Amino acid sequence: MVQFIIRKIAAGLVVLCAISFLTYFLLYFSSSNIARNILGEYASQEQVAQKETELGLDQPLPARFLDWAGHSITGDFGRSWFTGEPVATAIATRLPITLTLVIAAILLIAVLATVLGMAAAVKRGWIDRVVQTGAIVGDAIPGFVLAIILVTLFAIQLKLFPATSSIAPDAGASAWAASLTLPAIALVINGVTGGAQQVRSAVIKQLERDYVRTLRSRGIPEREILFKHVLRSAAPTGLTVLSLQFIGMLGGVVIIEQIFALPGIGNLAVQSTTMGDIPLVMGVVLYTVVIVIIVNLLVDLINGWLNPKVRVS
Amino acid sequence: MTSTDAEFKDLLRVEDLAVEYPGKGFRAKSFRALSDINISIGQGETLGLVGESGSGKTTLGRAVLGLAPVTGGKVIFEGNDISQATRKERRKLSRDLQVVFQDPYTSLNPALEIGDILAEPLSVQGKPPAEAKKRVRELLDQVGLPADAISRLPREFSGGQRQRVAIARALALSPKLIVCDEPVSALDLSTQAVVLDLFLQIQRDTGVSYLFVSHDLDVVRHISHRVAVMYRGGIVEQGPADVVTRAPEHPYTQRLLLASPVPDPDRQEQRRADRHRLLEQQRQQNEQAAVLA
Amino acid sequence: MSQAVELTGQTGVVVRSHVIHKVLRNPMGMIALAILAVLVTMAVLADVLAPFDENFADIASTLAAPDANHLLGTDSVGRDVWSRLVFGARTTLLSALLCAAVAIGIGLPAGLVAGYYGGKFDGIAGWFVNILMSLPGIIVLLTVRAAFGPSVWISMIAFGILLSPGYFRLTRTSVQSVRNELYVDAARVAGLSDRSIISRHIFSVVRAPIIIQTAMVCGVAISVQSGLEFLGLGDPTVATWGVMLSEGFKNVYLTPTLLLWPAVAIGLAVGALVLLGNAVRDALEDGEKVKQRKRKAAESASATERTTPAPAKVRQARGAVAAVESGTEHHLVKVTNLGVGYPQADGSIKKVVDDVSFHVDRGEILGIVGESGSGKSQTAFSILGLLPGTARIVGGSIQFDGNYTVAPGEEKVSQERLTKLRGKRISYIPQEPMSNLDPAFTIGYQLVTPMVRVLGISKAEATKRAMKLLSDVGIANPERTFQAYPHEVSGGMAQRVLIAGAISCEPDLIIADEPTTALDVTVQADVLDLIRDLQRRLNVGVILVTHNFGVVSDLCDRVVVMQNGRLVEEGPVRTILREPKDPYTQMLLSSMLEGKEPMTMLVSASAKEAVK
Repeated sequence: MVQFIIRKIAAGLVVLCAISFLTYFLLYFSSSNIARNILGEYASQEQVAQKETELGLDQPLPARFLDWAGHSITGDFGRSWFTGEPVATAIATRLPITLTLVIAAILLIAVLATVLGMAAAVKRGWIDRVVQTGAIVGDAIPGFVLAIILVTLFAIQLKLFPATSSIAPDAGASAWAASLTLPAIALVINGVTGGAQQVRSAVIKQLERDYVRTLRSRGIPEREILFKHVLRSAAPTGLTVLSLQFIGMLGGVVIIEQIFALPGIGNLAVQSTTMGDIPLVMGVVLYTVVIVIIVNLLVDLINGWLNPKVRVS
Repeated sequence: MTSTDAEFKDLLRVEDLAVEYPGKGFRAKSFRALSDINISIGQGETLGLVGESGSGKTTLGRAVLGLAPVTGGKVIFEGNDISQATRKERRKLSRDLQVVFQDPYTSLNPALEIGDILAEPLSVQGKPPAEAKKRVRELLDQVGLPADAISRLPREFSGGQRQRVAIARALALSPKLIVCDEPVSALDLSTQAVVLDLFLQIQRDTGVSYLFVSHDLDVVRHISHRVAVMYRGGIVEQGPADVVTRAPEHPYTQRLLLASPVPDPDRQEQRRADRHRLLEQQRQQNEQAAVLA
Repeated sequence: MSQAVELTGQTGVVVRSHVIHKVLRNPMGMIALAILAVLVTMAVLADVLAPFDENFADIASTLAAPDANHLLGTDSVGRDVWSRLVFGARTTLLSALLCAAVAIGIGLPAGLVAGYYGGKFDGIAGWFVNILMSLPGIIVLLTVRAAFGPSVWISMIAFGILLSPGYFRLTRTSVQSVRNELYVDAARVAGLSDRSIISRHIFSVVRAPIIIQTAMVCGVAISVQSGLEFLGLGDPTVATWGVMLSEGFKNVYLTPTLLLWPAVAIGLAVGALVLLGNAVRDALEDGEKVKQRKRKAAESASATERTTPAPAKVRQARGAVAAVESGTEHHLVKVTNLGVGYPQADGSIKKVVDDVSFHVDRGEILGIVGESGSGKSQTAFSILGLLPGTARIVGGSIQFDGNYTVAPGEEKVSQERLTKLRGKRISYIPQEPMSNLDPAFTIGYQLVTPMVRVLGISKAEATKRAMKLLSDVGIANPERTFQAYPHEVSGGMAQRVLIAGAISCEPDLIIADEPTTALDVTVQADVLDLIRDLQRRLNVGVILVTHNFGVVSDLCDRVVVMQNGRLVEEGPVRTILREPKDPYTQMLLSSMLEGKEPMTMLVSASAKEAVK
């Protein structure tokens, strides 16, 4: 098991390095007039040259990457070119909002999708039709369109929630809840429909397996068969679906934050992208990849714990 | 293909054959499925290959067909070593060497019509479509299927009928040897009898040879001239069908023979008692061997 | 329907219909295709349909209401909304196609190669796929935007690369499953080149899933692209729905309709693509659903049956089940005129068991013999109450130890009555040893839990009994097997464990469904010995379902022979095996190879015709 974990962590680190390397080269290689862009059209040649030296752009690309990577390991991701704010600080102040939103949404999705999916698979009938139709409708309406509908309806027309909510990190819990409820609902509605559908088919697949019939023949109560055996065997599928949804949500939250005017990481990502603030863009990419790697590692570990075959090998 | 100028009376000769599958994953050990296999099949002869699951009997059939990696020894067909034949050489070989698989459900492409399935080996050999179509009709007749089967899909047929299609495909090029890999194991008893009759009839009519793989001693006894018994990747006994399947010498074949139940309660009781006696006897011999060693 | 003619035996046909037909007949599929057709027409004829250039701004009339000039009004800089919508359709659909094309162009060939040849390429491709799949799409697109500037096409190419793993995985899985099919082996033996094999046998398998995936991918591409533009990251000089949406959102307090039109357009386009994908998938999955209307037809059919007196008695006796016919209470199991059927798509019922009657007494082994599709397993499962959910009891009754488990006239096996019996008094030995143990739990757990639940004994007590049971069924090292997971033991061993489970609660009746069919002959002989010893020792009744007359002669006291859902013959084992009366039984026995002269024909010409 320990070996299994070490192997997974090592694989994650390799991915992290590969992606930072690729992103770094992509960003710096293709945008040539960085200093000119920052200083504007009317800056003199000397000013541009000076800026380039200041940003270290006169160094060759591989050297710059190594320098950046060396600093990154110590937690220093550089400073924003425009505000001068350290990248680490910029991310750290915005991280709580995004993470609260995404984690709350994914937990809600996990619970709701499991309950709905199980109910649809076991009871069939109307609830099954609702889940199946819901899955199609959920697929058919893009998440951000749904969010726009929610904002127009509940915040602008009905005024039940704040439409734009620039919450401060130190604001009270109620302010957070008020600001994050609607965005979270937007994320949940979008994820739960597909999730429930996947749980449903995974559970149905398990229910059709031979061992379920044998368990029934042994006099094991139906509820125990469902919750102990079937749910456990269906769990890896559910986890994979959840992890993919989580990854998708890290992107989707960018648009959601924009619609609800939340000062989260997504907001930072959009700003830095439009301005060409490359150190910040790098920071956002790095943070996202780290979170994804952690999530994938967790999923692998849980699957290993659930499946004795993985555990033994 | 290297001509070894060997005597032609053996259609197929397998010499010291070994098959090894590469291990899965990094630095994994390779798996040796077959070792030291020596068999031969003459013209118009059937060699029955019997053994339990994992004994390597199917692998041997696949090695002859070029579907399993031969890592040692020779497979000599009509005097040429074909163990490492290329796809092009296989194409030429397929005129003389054909196959019928166990599962009639997965051995026919469900998306193709019967006519197309049967025409496949013909078109590979470059037969013009009209001629191929004529041959397909002949084949359907030969295996006792209606002519309108030509434009129907495999799923419209029962297991036994599908197996006839598979046999017809094998016969399409009038081969000299057909490798039959458990061709009746997936069939019902009555269908099995009909298909076995078909195999025998075809051999009488065309003089084809069979390498007939089965786990069922009764089936092998019924259809084979000679029988080879496989156990854990090797051949433990071979000889005339009557001798091997009625008075075997190897302890494993003896156990195999007495394990198969007969359809009469009183004779079965007798066989059961014989089996228990044999097991007891073999156990004692093993113990003695252990003591001596 | 020709139901007037009362057919006996297995009746009814499985109804199927063609894929394209089904998509068109599916209202959702039709609607989706219609919407897509309209959108494509808009895109193609944009120059004709749009009265203004997409960027022509009439500063004099900003945020104008719809009028004759401006069909849907104008936006905040006075551009015609309708014209922009029409041109937007062109850009949006083209970019979605570009994205799908890139994704297919990378994913499909890579998937084909990786799936067919495997090896190093497969490993490397798999690694890339894992990385691509763990990248949040929008973040990547933001990075691409930061690097290359705002361009719909570049971002869609990038997104296509991001989506290519979907195609890769799909193709690879399909190809792998087909590559090991025997018909591909047969093609190799025939000497077909790899290219012919892929185009002829493999590509046809991937085609349909690719179509579904493409519909979905186009939908995702449209919504992601619109999302990016909504964020203000798109090219402002190109009219797209996303740019319009962003524009509308800024003016949501002034002119909400500006938001409405692009949102509707995006919703319709994505929705139609998703619906189309679903319609194709539904058409491919052969799961024909029983229609409401048809169910009514079936009900009215069964209503006519209610004219017979027996069911009336049942209705009145809800809860308290009717008493069995007197004089039959002593039978352990008695099956009377049992019929089992499955409702079909056209409302008819396909009967798989018809008018079957037999009984089993304590200490007796009854064999049910028949070929595949004879209904022997269905009969056994109806006694256990473990038929699939769609099965209906269409006639007859089953009684166990003097009480009905299926009373005459009942449509379903009463789970309430059978849960009290299963495990405790009726138990089951399945056919496939491996698939009948839950791979996630130890063998010990799966033996102990039923005893704790059914007998109400403590875990420690149950563990002690499980050890004893394991050694009773001839397992040399009970402790080790107890702690093992199912994948750590052999098939024969797993079957012994399942037999131990079946006898663990000291049942009166064991139903064994082909208990030795999946085993090697030598293992089969051992397991048959085990079943015989246990049956004698515990004096239980056994119903042994099998197709093998050797197994019958080894174990059974009495035999029933089934064919096409009907019982053709019943009697003591010696009578049936030595002097069968029914021609079908005679034919089956004559097909046996044991005692036949080798190399002779087994079936005479006339019998051959009959079997065909």
